[in-house]
Amino acid sequence: MNRFSLTAAALITIGATMNPAAAQRIAIESATIHTLGDAGTLDQGTLLIRDGKIAALGPKLSVPGDVKTIAGKDKVVTPGLFDALSALGVEEVELVAGTVDNELESSHLGAAFDVTGAINPRSTLIPINRIEGVTRAMVAPTSPSAWLSTPPGSLFAGQGSVISLAPVSDFVIKPRAALFVTLGKHGADFTGGSRAGTLGELREALEDTRAWDALPAGQKQTANPGYAIRRPAREVLLKAMSGELPVVARVHRASDIGAALALADEFGLRLIIAGGAEAWIVADALAKARVPVILNPVDNLPENFEQLGARPDSAAILHAAGVLIAIADDGESHQARNIRQLAGNAVAHGLPWDAALASVTVNPARIFGLGNGRDGLMPGQVADAVVWSGDPLEVTTMAETVIINGAVQSMTSRQTLLRDRYLDKDGDWPAAYSHPSSP
Amino acid sequence: MSPRSLFLALTALMLTACGPSTDSTEPAREPFASTYQPLPSKTTLIRNATVLTGTGERIDNGAVLLEDGRIAKVGRDLSAPRGARVIDAEGRWVTPGIIDAHSHLGVYPSPEVAALSDGNEITGNNTAGVWAEHGVWPQDPGFDTALAGGVTSMLILPGSANLFGGRGVTLKNVPSTTYQGMKFPGAPHALKMACGENPKRVYGPGRQTPYTRMGNVFGYRSAWIEAETYRDKWDRWLAKGDEADPADKPQRDLKLETLAAVLRGDILVHNHCYRGDEMATMLDVAREFGYKVTAFHHAVEAYKIADLLGENEVCAAMWADWWGFKMEAFDGIRENIAMVDAAKNGCAIVHSDDPHGIQRLNQEAAKAMAAGNRAGMEIRPEHAIRWVTANPAKSMGILDQTGTLEAGKMADVVIWSGNPFSVYSLADQVFIDGALLYDRDDPERQPMRDFKLGILEVNS
Repeated sequence: MNRFSLTAAALITIGATMNPAAAQRIAIESATIHTLGDAGTLDQGTLLIRDGKIAALGPKLSVPGDVKTIAGKDKVVTPGLFDALSALGVEEVELVAGTVDNELESSHLGAAFDVTGAINPRSTLIPINRIEGVTRAMVAPTSPSAWLSTPPGSLFAGQGSVISLAPVSDFVIKPRAALFVTLGKHGADFTGGSRAGTLGELREALEDTRAWDALPAGQKQTANPGYAIRRPAREVLLKAMSGELPVVARVHRASDIGAALALADEFGLRLIIAGGAEAWIVADALAKARVPVILNPVDNLPENFEQLGARPDSAAILHAAGVLIAIADDGESHQARNIRQLAGNAVAHGLPWDAALASVTVNPARIFGLGNGRDGLMPGQVADAVVWSGDPLEVTTMAETVIINGAVQSMTSRQTLLRDRYLDKDGDWPAAYSHPSSP
Repeated sequence: MSPRSLFLALTALMLTACGPSTDSTEPAREPFASTYQPLPSKTTLIRNATVLTGTGERIDNGAVLLEDGRIAKVGRDLSAPRGARVIDAEGRWVTPGIIDAHSHLGVYPSPEVAALSDGNEITGNNTAGVWAEHGVWPQDPGFDTALAGGVTSMLILPGSANLFGGRGVTLKNVPSTTYQGMKFPGAPHALKMACGENPKRVYGPGRQTPYTRMGNVFGYRSAWIEAETYRDKWDRWLAKGDEADPADKPQRDLKLETLAAVLRGDILVHNHCYRGDEMATMLDVAREFGYKVTAFHHAVEAYKIADLLGENEVCAAMWADWWGFKMEAFDGIRENIAMVDAAKNGCAIVHSDDPHGIQRLNQEAAKAMAAGNRAGMEIRPEHAIRWVTANPAKSMGILDQTGTLEAGKMADVVIWSGNPFSVYSLADQVFIDGALLYDRDDPERQPMRDFKLGILEVNS
């Protein structure tokens, strides 16, 4: 085979793996299946997948002959992991200029900044996290962080989108699924150095939007001068005030969370708290207002004066109070795969195991309003599932099979190729001549 | 991510009560001497435990006897001396105290405010004369949370902005109002050096050297040449003994004093270095000037040169899975630690470089072990525990005193609620020199640094 035909063959192979393989039929047999849906947990269950969807599941299913079967004995099956706060697809190497697209060092767009167009489904981070069971993620913009001096930016970080980690086309599951705002100390970086300045500017933007919306239709397109924020941003805030677009507030201090709750109540915002190191202090108020919290449960240090109340059992306290929680590590996209370890640590500090698993799988979908379509493993739902070697929250457990949109995913990443290259190094020849294959 | 601690990584250490002083002029005087005294302890027998000794051995239904602050016996069926406290550890596991070879606790404490950030004197590319201990704030609440994670000793290093960051200090993880009260008696000093991106990123933009990796190596070699001259000058003067004319006594230079002590073998080199090719370069620099690199830190590409590290008997202190936050970390893989460990004479260390990671070094070792096993190796807990106990102790020059459960060593011991390689296991009891410094079941036996005191309790 000459070089050209080799390349052509390779392209055909790649083309085949990139197809959604919608016709694939898969049965995972005799596994412990945590559906996190109506069916609860099945001890010796079989999960049947067809045409990208879950066709059936149950303790005794007859499996048709033309199916790819996966032995599930001693294995655990769960819905795919969902990173509720990531920069997957918009960050490659944090310190390499030009590879980071989730921070806008400008206040021009504000709430109208939409990361969706910048998402690169071919990012190296995606297979590296996918092979460890991450199947969905919120791609969240963030306000730029200050190093030595405060960069330009806005308390409005922008809008984030939910993506699937499998296909390179149609990978956006829900574009512009939430608006992100930065409150607390970080938000004050953009509003003159005071938290009250941040709240004041947020209020001004919302009031301006309300006033603008009250204009007769004919004037709306022209009457732009004099508003605190530009028209595209006002359109976004209008969606937020209608409750259609949830607002994620990155905020830690209990009193700042209280201020955000009051503002949300006044303007009809559907609030989500992210960070929330002191959210446990106001757990009852959050539960009453049905405001979910996305937190990192291992944040237990008084890292600054807005996290003095940080404690290792805050996830357990919030859950017990009735707050819907998701577990994520904001900004650690390279390590999205480790959210299950974070959830395991929350269990070690009192969070019930089922709640911990939900916090990294179905809860983010609920929080971002993906609806029932993808919640849990249930017949008719899109088939995103992971077969684990054991307890998925345990650090020694591995993802063995990852299924997205009903298709079994390759378990190869740049990291597995590097590993294989240096594990199998041929004595006489440089590693560069080792070409580990991609099964 | 919050890469600040990565940027400002640190280095090295401190000095030693035994061995030659780093002050060539007055070998008898040790500045900033340790005042550490073990806390009160009582004879304690831990029995019915799964014991990982740190020497590679696992003892089921094992027992460990702590007496006079030391490990007295390790085995099965030990009997309790009269009056001893007996802890039935059925279902629980016992290991040596966890040791972190790369921490910035105290020098980059919580809260992370500029007023307390004392971990990197970045004002010059060579600050070998500064000592991390002079930046340690003993009230860092991170010491307490690390103790709850089973950490009994750690190397506090200065940051990694400079080619030579300064000396690091080895501390015992005991509460004290002074850092001297935490200093590990007799631990050798360390020197923090840094390769790669950090020095060029920090100094280059201001058109100071180094602007490139070429400048990095120029900087190391130039400094070692100066240090050789300084050492030789002192050696000549000291060689005269009683006949030396005090008027000829060379002037002390703190920076060169540190470097000369490395050349004499009294200070251990801990070298922040990510890329495999750069580690090879640093081994050549060490060979040129006749010093030894004790450990490469971070070493994200150590797996590419695992054999070379083994041949040179250099340890690599690594994360289980951090990667990609900067270019020189782009090739990180989960099997790095296991592959370094598998090489002949391999010395793998799991380090934290992080006030959160230090609380879970057992879990990080578990992930590295599992990744190695997935790649076809057969790594057992009794071996992997060495990555966070004996091997870091070796790199810090304290393995003769701690790091394993062997008779005669300091009784630095952790009782875990279960298998320490499980995410669900927590440290139940932590002993340092035989004293029970932390008990998960007894709030009275859980230290709380001043900073945490009375902030929320009196205000809720």
